[in-house]
Amino acid sequence: MKPFTTLTGTAAPLLRANVDTDLIIPKQFLKTLVRTGLGQHLFSEIRYDAEGRELPDFILNQPAFRGAELLLSGPNFGCGSSREHAPWALLDFGIRCVIAPSFAEIFFNNCFANGILPLALPMAAIQELAEAPGPVTVDLPEQTVTAEGLSFRFELEPARKNTLVQGLDEIARSLACLPAIEAYEAQRAQATPWL
Amino acid sequence: MTNGARTLYDKLWEAHLVATRDDGTSLLYIDRHLVHEVTSPQAFEGLRMAGRPLRRPAAILSVVDHNISTQNRTAEIAEETSRLQVAALVENVQAFGVPYIPLLDDRQGIVHVIGPEQGFTLPGATVVCGDSHTSTHGAFGALAFGIGTSEVEHVMATQTLPQRRSKNMRVRFEGTLPPGLGGKDLALRLIGQIGTAGGTGHVIEFTGSAIRDLSMEGRMTLCNMAIEAGARSGLVAPDETTFAYLAGRPMAPAGALWDQAVASWKNLATDEGAAFDREVVIEVSDLAPQVTWGTSPEAVVAITGCVPDPALAASAAAREAMALALAYMDLRPGTPMEEVPVDVVFIGSCTNGRIEDLREAARVAQGRKVAAGVRALVVPGSGLVKCQAEAEGLDRIFLEAGFEWRLPGCSMCLGMNDDRLEPGERSASTSNRNFEGRQGRGGRTHLVSPGMAAAAAVTGHFTDVRRLLEAQ
Repeated sequence: MKPFTTLTGTAAPLLRANVDTDLIIPKQFLKTLVRTGLGQHLFSEIRYDAEGRELPDFILNQPAFRGAELLLSGPNFGCGSSREHAPWALLDFGIRCVIAPSFAEIFFNNCFANGILPLALPMAAIQELAEAPGPVTVDLPEQTVTAEGLSFRFELEPARKNTLVQGLDEIARSLACLPAIEAYEAQRAQATPWL
Repeated sequence: MTNGARTLYDKLWEAHLVATRDDGTSLLYIDRHLVHEVTSPQAFEGLRMAGRPLRRPAAILSVVDHNISTQNRTAEIAEETSRLQVAALVENVQAFGVPYIPLLDDRQGIVHVIGPEQGFTLPGATVVCGDSHTSTHGAFGALAFGIGTSEVEHVMATQTLPQRRSKNMRVRFEGTLPPGLGGKDLALRLIGQIGTAGGTGHVIEFTGSAIRDLSMEGRMTLCNMAIEAGARSGLVAPDETTFAYLAGRPMAPAGALWDQAVASWKNLATDEGAAFDREVVIEVSDLAPQVTWGTSPEAVVAITGCVPDPALAASAAAREAMALALAYMDLRPGTPMEEVPVDVVFIGSCTNGRIEDLREAARVAQGRKVAAGVRALVVPGSGLVKCQAEAEGLDRIFLEAGFEWRLPGCSMCLGMNDDRLEPGERSASTSNRNFEGRQGRGGRTHLVSPGMAAAAAVTGHFTDVRRLLEAQ
């Protein structure tokens, strides 16, 4: 996984609450067998009309935001389904950081498996970032978000931060606990043999 | 927890703790893993790329459910991408030696229906699946939660998951649920109160007299929708209702092992005096059937109510969100819910596709006709549910009333197959999500119980099911 340290880029505001995973990537695009190529379908139903033409009002269709690398949104971002296609679509579009007041849990977990930073800031700070001219910079080691005239500190669990900064392989880390897994399985066969 | 008293969730967590990793996260053992075609191909591919074996194939039960036709099983799936995804699962389970229920087998069905039905889901187990509605299995006192595809791969490779401990929340449903109401009404009522992020960071244990009286089907419906309240999982402590449901199921323990298991399962209850981080009490004795009006499951009113007015919203942000939802749903504030017409009725899904759900809908449909202009589908949650319903004559009741009687699958819950809403169509749906476009681009979904869905089908608009039941 690609490590995440600092990111400077355009932040696109999509300031609504409860942006759900059906909105991020609709069901018809979940039939893929690979993790890539979903960026063109990101937010499909509010980004294109029924004939597939771009809706000019949608934020990511506006010239200034077509290359956005950060997304600003409202509370409970990523609620709904467990589809990892949602972070895959964001990543494939080029978005590596979503800033929102809160996130749904499965989406939040899925981000870390894909090198995306789900960053929590109060809504008032997000409003200010949305109005700031120029790019937004996220410094993960320092846990700061800055833009012209603005600077915010954000919280993140150290283990989460470490995963992103080092781009760790989570499966390899768990396999390092193999002796403990084997010991657990032996004990479990005695305690709950029906499992 | 200073007094040593533990919640049911605490017990399940501690019983599955394998190790603490070097970064302080807990490694939790996973007993049961349900796999379907949509969220698994990249996980199998990941194992192949890394050259990793699948640690415990026997811990998996796999099935195809999301992409398949509910009308024809012998013909090839028409849409190529759906066909390829189904074929990929079949190839992968063969290559990795994973137990699989074939499409043409009577036991085939929606993952969250067949897990309990086969006795694969058991109290005290950890159950995961690349599907958010895995919370369903918590109805058995199992710690069950949805995971992403990277986590599916993680479980396949290690039989564990790195996890953070959730907070404990208790929701007590007290009183006696009135006739005509069920688990769906409890779920919608709760989400209407605490919101779709109300359970975030928590595992919710459902208790109270209304839960003790609730069938396994009703408990599954309620736990299924715990995720719509944002919770990690839902839980109901196992009791005699649970044991009676599981006894004799093909994959449940039998004989002496059954007795040993039941004795152990009886300890799966929250200790007296255990502390909860949050507690909600809901009195259900005067509850009315619930129906959603917006594009989030928290946008819910009683059937006796009206479409709400954004002008009365608590904040500018809430007003804006409500206006956006009402525009999408094409509803006017103040319209009585009973005057809202429907085009399509969908009865089925992992939320409400079980035998009791079909009985409830059939009770309303019996002797009535689907209203002119309404398309009504009944989609059993599994082949065994379908067989049972046919043995009871429910299929005849539905067909005579003008409902379509389908083959098992996810169907119109999410429209990944050929069952979906056309733009602008309005549905009464027993599924779990009313998000924009969920059932088809431009489709307008109202979530209701199976009885309420059947009532809408026979009247052509949302109708208080209690009135139809009283008339019989």
